[in-house]
Order: sequence, then structure tokens, then C-alpha cells
Amino acid sequence: MTLTIDNITKSYPSTKAGPRLALAPTSLTIGRNEFVCVVGPSGCGKSTMLMMMAGLLSPTDGQVRLGDTPVTGPPAGLSVVFQDYGRSLFPWMNIRRNLAIAGQAAGLPRAEIAVRVAEALTAVGLHKVEHLYPWQMSGGMQQRVAIARALVVRPDVMLMDEPFAAVDAQTRADLEDLVLKVRHDYQMTVVFVTHDIDEAVYLGDRVLVMQANPGRLLRDLPIDLPRPRDQVGTKLEPRFAQLRSEIFRLVMRPVEPAA
Amino acid sequence: MTSPTTRTAPDAPATAPEPPPPTPSRPHLGQRATSLLRPLLNLWLLAALLVGWEIYARANPTIFFPPLSSILRQFWADWLSGPPTRAFLSDQFFTAVVPSMSRLTQAMILALVVGVAGGMLVARNPVIRGMYSPMIRFWLATPKVVLLPVALQVFGVSDALNIFVIFFGTVWLIMINTADGVAGVNAAWLRSASSMRLSRWQLYRHVILPAAAPQIMAGIRVSIGVGLIMVIVSEFYATTAGVGYEVMRFQETFGYLQMWSAFLLIAIIGLILNLVTAGLERRALRWQRRTGLGAL
Repeated sequence: MTLTIDNITKSYPSTKAGPRLALAPTSLTIGRNEFVCVVGPSGCGKSTMLMMMAGLLSPTDGQVRLGDTPVTGPPAGLSVVFQDYGRSLFPWMNIRRNLAIAGQAAGLPRAEIAVRVAEALTAVGLHKVEHLYPWQMSGGMQQRVAIARALVVRPDVMLMDEPFAAVDAQTRADLEDLVLKVRHDYQMTVVFVTHDIDEAVYLGDRVLVMQANPGRLLRDLPIDLPRPRDQVGTKLEPRFAQLRSEIFRLVMRPVEPAA
Repeated sequence: MTSPTTRTAPDAPATAPEPPPPTPSRPHLGQRATSLLRPLLNLWLLAALLVGWEIYARANPTIFFPPLSSILRQFWADWLSGPPTRAFLSDQFFTAVVPSMSRLTQAMILALVVGVAGGMLVARNPVIRGMYSPMIRFWLATPKVVLLPVALQVFGVSDALNIFVIFFGTVWLIMINTADGVAGVNAAWLRSASSMRLSRWQLYRHVILPAAAPQIMAGIRVSIGVGLIMVIVSEFYATTAGVGYEVMRFQETFGYLQMWSAFLLIAIIGLILNLVTAGLERRALRWQRRTGLGAL
């Protein structure tokens, strides 16, 4: 399913200088099974844009469409993985219940939920954790559970909001490869917001570079690195270095007034 | 240690040098000895008080203030003289305790259902909050026993009177605690639930209720204490059976020994209710303590 962003803006009422523009008019089309990364400095509206795609925030103007259907609330077939796994998994439920609730919400029959939960846990490489509680796990494992929960509904689109910002470098590399694997297994569109340029280039088919004040889309760069990607090999390629320095210059360049 | 002058000068820089706290001459020895002795000291004090009571009451015989040993004997005869098949509980125990506990249970269940549902509505719906939170605060601040005469007019001497008074005494506590708990549910959990498209029922049942459970449980614990007070007071006032009635009946017939024995029974019931609630709370909220520790 295509994810279409049609001229959306987001502004918040402000105190003196009129409304504050969090996202200037932005249009964008994300094709089926595309892996799109969004980078930019804080305040560039990248998370705001993602939350509008997720139907968790409504645009001030414009429209988000999943397929042909306008997004007015969280749509079916779309899952979100949040940055703060500690506050997105429910600590009063064990892992099995944490996953099953996603299936229950989607109205799946009980037997089907059991199948999906087992399948999702296998996909993220977790075994024998059904009866553990989130607080009995490390941060990296909790984020794996959060990804597994997103997979239970076998989504067409998975939105990820700086999912690995809070884990250590080693775990982060593992989780990046995990996302590539589940994206391949489940044949999903992935929109991945990050502030890490290397991560964006390593994962994406496309990288959207955004800029702050007001938040807006600056550049839409195709990433022509071969797949499958490899943590060592891909990052050694000259093209990888070229792309990352190009994006780095875009992100770091002084803020210019919006056109 | 902040000196009083620093406290009263809010514009003083936070990094202002403070005089080092005076060091006690021999801190370690003194502190350690006290910490080891404290539990023993506590027990000794209790024992000394009980012994003191016994000696005083024997030395100055009066029917109002019998010695502890007589009260314990009376307690045994009144409540624990039954057959082993009924855990030694006497007939009197059943005729007195069963009505009281039945009223307390019915009223608490009613208060729990109404209080939790009402608290959720108040917390989640701004219109209802605007309409009803002044009323909740009014009833929280009012000593509910003043309604006893009114309740007597409405219900007459019946179980309904006791149940109403206990319910009315506890429901506001449960309601305000539930409302606070629900209003304080972490926004990230709600966002997660919303992105998974939980139905309204699923949202309340699986997310909001458990997330607010710590505060709801705190409300229940406090309200059980209040509930016990309301049982006894309402039984003092109007009933024909129950532990409060027993206390009153013995007091009016100069059965002071039995009155004290009933008093002891009420204290033990209160203690047991407290322990049971605390135990249930610990079990139900295991995740909360663990999460708290994990965050350290």
C-alpha cells in the first residue's frame, strides 16, 4: 500500500508571535515495501510527521492517505514502534499478553493470535520469553518485544520513531539488522525516524533530510547501496561514505529561511 | 543540613558554601547500638505497658478497667469456645461477626464498583469532572456519620442503613483515588494503546485500569479502615446484631469485661483486614515495584 502525504502542515498555537509552524507544507509518496529513513536536527518536525502518518496527530492542513483511504485515526495495517520501549510495553502484562493485546485489538481469533505471537517472537529472535515481564529484560530485548508486538498484526506499514536511541552501540547494530530482516520477512513498508545519519544510510532505500525552523523537507535522497546490507562491508563502501557526508553537510548547514 | 537563614533567602545562589555539619563525637558506636536495640526496645516498651496495665488494674480494682488477664480469659470464653470443627469460634462469634462483616463486604463491593466507575468517568470526561468534582470534594471533607440520623429516617433499623452509611463513607475515597490514578496514567501507554486500535472497553480493561491500579489500591486500603469505623459506628447507632452492637450492649448492661473483649475482637479484625489488603496489594502490584527498581 502506498503512503501518501498530501501537502500537510502542523502548527501549534503560540503565545505572542502567532502560531508556531512545526511542519511547513510537505508532500511525499512512499511506495510499497520501501524503506524510508528520516533524519534531521531536533525540532525539524520528523517525529511530528511520523505521528501524523500514524494517525496519532492530525495535520493542521492537508491529508495523509494509506492506499486510497484518508488517515483520520490510527489505521489498520499500520504499526508503530516508539522510542521509549519502557513506556510503550505494558509492565503489568507478561510478554505473551503484551503481544496478544495487539491481536485482540485487531479482532483476531484466539487461535490465530497464538500463532501470530509465536511467529513474531521467532522473527525477532526471542525464545522462551512468553512468561517473562518487560522489567525482567534488558532494554535491547524490550525493544525486540516492541517490534514483535508491531508484527503481530502483519502490518503493511511499520513506523519507527527513533527506536534505538536509548540502546548501546552493539545492541543497536543487532537491532538494525533485525529490522532489515523482519522487513524482508514481512514485506512491509518501513518509515524510520532517526537522528543518526549512518543508521539512516545503512538501512534506507531513501533518506529524507529535514530542517528546522520551520520544520520542512530539505532533500529526498535515493540510497543506491546494494542489498543485502552488512554492518562491516556496506559501511566500508566508498558510496556509503559519500552519501553519509552529503547528508551530514545537509543536516549541518546553517538554517536558511523557508522558500 | 540547611541552616534557617539559607531557607528564608530564596534568591541566594544554590551553590552557596555551607558550613560543614557538626560531626558527633562517636557516631558509629552510638548509631549501631541504637539500630540493634531498637526492635528490642520497642517490644520491651509494649511488654512493659501491658504488665503495667495488669499491675495497675489488679492494684485498683474497678469494673470499668479490668486487668488484661481477665479480658483475655473473657475473650477466650466469648469468641473462642466453639468446637474444633469451626476453628474454635463460638456461636456468639458467628452471631456478632457475620452480620458486621456481611455489611462491610456488601458495602465495600458497592463502593468499589461505584467508586472505580465514577472515578474513571470523572478523570476521563471533562464535562463530568466539572459537574461532579465539587460534590466529591464536598463529601470527602464532610464527616459522613452526620448522615446517620437522615439514613435512619430513610432506611429504618435495617441492614440497608448500615450498608448505606459504610458505602457513603468510603465511596468518595475510592472515587477520588481512582480519578487521580486514571488522570495520571502515562501518556505513552495511552498512545501505544491508541496506535494498536484498542476498543474503548479494551482500553479501560487492559490499560487504564491496571495502570491506575496502584492508586486505586491505595484508596481501597484507606477506605477499608474507614469502612470498619463506619460499621462499628452505625452499629452503635442502629442495629440489632453485630460487633459494634455487642460493644454497646455490654456497655449499657455494665458488662465491661465483655465490652473490652469485643473491643479486642474488633482490633484483631481490623489488623487482619489490613494484613489481607496489604498482601493482595503486594501481589497485584508486583510489576510496579519491579519497574521502580529497574529504573534505578
